[in-house]
Amino acid sequence: MGLESRVQQASPSGGGAMLMMSLWGVLALLAITMGAKAEDTPFAIHMFIFAAAAILALVFKARSFGQPAPDASGYNDDIVRWGALITLFWGVVGLLVGVVIALQLAYPAWNPDLEWFNFGRLRPLHTSAVIFAFGGNALLTTSFYVVQRTNRTRLALGNLAWFVFWGYQLFIVLAATGYLLGVTEGREYAEPEWYIDIWITVVWVAYFLVFFGTLLQRKEPHIYVANWFYLAFIVTIAMLHIVNNLSIPVSVFGSKSYALFSGVQDALTQWWYGHNAVGFFLTAGFLGMMYFFIPKRANRPVYSYRLSIVHFWSLIFLYIWAGPHHLHYTALPDWAQTLGMVFSIMLWMPSWGGMINGLMTLSGAWDKLRTDPVLRMMVISVAFYGMSTFEGPMMSIKSVNSLSHYTDWTIGHVHSGALGWVGMISMGALYHLIPRLWGRKEVYSLRLVSWHVWLATLGIVIYASAMWVSGIMQGLMWREYDANGFLAYSFVETVEAMHPYYVIRAMGGALFLVGALIMVYNIYRTIRGAQPVSQPVGMVSAPA
Amino acid sequence: MVTKIEKDEISGTPTTGHEWDGIRELNTPLPRWWLYTFYGTVIWGLAYTIAYPAWPLLNSATPGILGWSSRGALEEQVTAARAAQQANLDKIAAMSVDDILKDPQLLAFAQAGGAAAFKVNCVQCHGSGAAGGVGYPNLNDDDWLWGGTPDALYTTLRNGIRYTANADTRDSQMPSFGADAILTPEQIDDVANYAFSLSGGKADAAKVEAGKSVFAENCASCHGEDGKGGRDFGAPNLTDGIWLYGGSLDQVKAQIVKPRMGVMPAWSHRLDDATIKELAVYVHSLGGGEAAGATTQ
Repeated sequence: MGLESRVQQASPSGGGAMLMMSLWGVLALLAITMGAKAEDTPFAIHMFIFAAAAILALVFKARSFGQPAPDASGYNDDIVRWGALITLFWGVVGLLVGVVIALQLAYPAWNPDLEWFNFGRLRPLHTSAVIFAFGGNALLTTSFYVVQRTNRTRLALGNLAWFVFWGYQLFIVLAATGYLLGVTEGREYAEPEWYIDIWITVVWVAYFLVFFGTLLQRKEPHIYVANWFYLAFIVTIAMLHIVNNLSIPVSVFGSKSYALFSGVQDALTQWWYGHNAVGFFLTAGFLGMMYFFIPKRANRPVYSYRLSIVHFWSLIFLYIWAGPHHLHYTALPDWAQTLGMVFSIMLWMPSWGGMINGLMTLSGAWDKLRTDPVLRMMVISVAFYGMSTFEGPMMSIKSVNSLSHYTDWTIGHVHSGALGWVGMISMGALYHLIPRLWGRKEVYSLRLVSWHVWLATLGIVIYASAMWVSGIMQGLMWREYDANGFLAYSFVETVEAMHPYYVIRAMGGALFLVGALIMVYNIYRTIRGAQPVSQPVGMVSAPA
Repeated sequence: MVTKIEKDEISGTPTTGHEWDGIRELNTPLPRWWLYTFYGTVIWGLAYTIAYPAWPLLNSATPGILGWSSRGALEEQVTAARAAQQANLDKIAAMSVDDILKDPQLLAFAQAGGAAAFKVNCVQCHGSGAAGGVGYPNLNDDDWLWGGTPDALYTTLRNGIRYTANADTRDSQMPSFGADAILTPEQIDDVANYAFSLSGGKADAAKVEAGKSVFAENCASCHGEDGKGGRDFGAPNLTDGIWLYGGSLDQVKAQIVKPRMGVMPAWSHRLDDATIKELAVYVHSLGGGEAAGATTQ
């Protein structure tokens, strides 16, 4: 290619590239200035991390300056490849930290004398790593794959998708290092401080623009159900994130901020966010994943279009009101508690609509469960989804909640959903995706996938049942009275009684982690020596 | 892509006629059981909101036709629990700890109540088995600093030890013989050896001899000529081999140089009188309780 044609190709984006480079330069300078004036060390560290990231972006942009524009005719699968691998990476990190904190609970001596690694700081690291780093990247990755395939169009807005991807990783790094350094707003699943919140807001708006822009330029007359769920997840999470994180920084040069709300209003805001993080991040988003990968893998039509409409709208309408069930028997007014509980009960069938559509899509293809462990993994995940969406409404009933609240039962419930549903549907999707992205027919070893499925399932069953026993025992011990009407147990006696179950729980978590490590090996063998392949727009991707 | 409705061969159900990346959808009607269960939960939900406080109004909310409130329910439970115990609590409030110990039925009740209160309020320092630890006395033995009779325990529990917020608290202070240079290091070494030897500890014979007079002049006024302690000051018995702050010669010496002295809260500020009496009964019955009027050393 002659110089002239190269310049011609690069020139349309030349001005834009200059603008982007200066923007990154200004951001880097701003971050360095703020870091230099920082009032606390963690803030300085974070500003310098941010500056380094901005400089990297600048350098990357400068290096591509004048280069021919990359081929943008096919689907943007490079981003999906990066996403698939990074999802796996964060998954292993999150699970590993989970096993460590499980051991810290069982054996307090595992809490070292270094404040960075005690349970209090590692716990949000674990929850954020599995929800936002693993789960979030799984959603980002699969949504970028699915929205292109089901609309027969490349991702919209050029390189903005790459900004979303790397901006999201920067958010994870800032959040994770913040937890270890003790930077926290103390809001569950929303611990990052104000400046990280602003950053993720920018990234999330860009994510919305890419996703929505891709829908707008679709080549299909109708929008496929998976995209409804992905879009509901993206839009609602933006709303939840912004409202829950409204806070006032003590100083623009410091990490600390204080929430705009206080007292019971703050508690309700936090659980409105917290519960819908479960509803829209961990449920709606992953239902989007399920609606693509299960029919694709089973090579069968989706069971019921009508059910998908009714359960979609009822799910997103009802979920948003259910948060108050986290605040039963608190200062929250009775009427709000009632509504939280009633909406949770009504949510049962809308949740199960997704399960029915997932499982019944296999009718006519059940025999594939014997031969295809990837499909088996996804079906088991839908079964766990059904179980936890029954357990959830049940636990929201006040009289059940009076026993289960504040006990390990809640932890067991969360993990049957998180490990069973979210974890296994994501891993199943990755097992399906990765060989296709690297031009392989199938993963290196389906036998290893089978091992992974059973280790993970066994791990979850051990985990959840240990927490059921421990949680119900804990709740019963707290309320146990003797014949004279005096409390029978002290708090420390309940802790002592739970010790064996804490050990069992750590073993269950470890089994799940071992399964994930087997997956890492399997994926490594799958892509070793393979070449990334790009699919032309409109070509139907291969089923199982 | 044009809409092309087909019949699925396996289920016989028609598709919606759309296709996305090879994925089609069946036009299966809503499963009946699903729909009716959904309706059922909605109807149940509406009924529940009529029965219980639910719908927010301008300044309040609908109270629900059952008249239930979480505060009301709690109050009922607390009232019922109180009522079940009231007769025994009234009796306990009116009786001395010693008299409670003589009434088998009340004794059992008070022991149970004391055990429960102990688990909540006392285990943090004295341990769940009441065996104490370094700095926190063992309540299972008969070595009492301030006395082990029912009345003495009751007084200690009520008023605390060195608890400045209570005017009647048990109070005493051992001088810092070393830190305040009341004694020379040699004298402290000698008297520590002497005190250590009183409990049969292995001590330097010459120093023990020299420490005897130091002890008589500086320590005997509280710990007694024979070193068996004095309960008026909470001065420990030095002859029984029980050392609150550690049983090595060095630890005894450190306690003379700059003594540590424990503080216990005055529970009358936090617990009602009946509960304190129950605690006294419980601690008295742990094993080392002394009979009422037992002579103090």
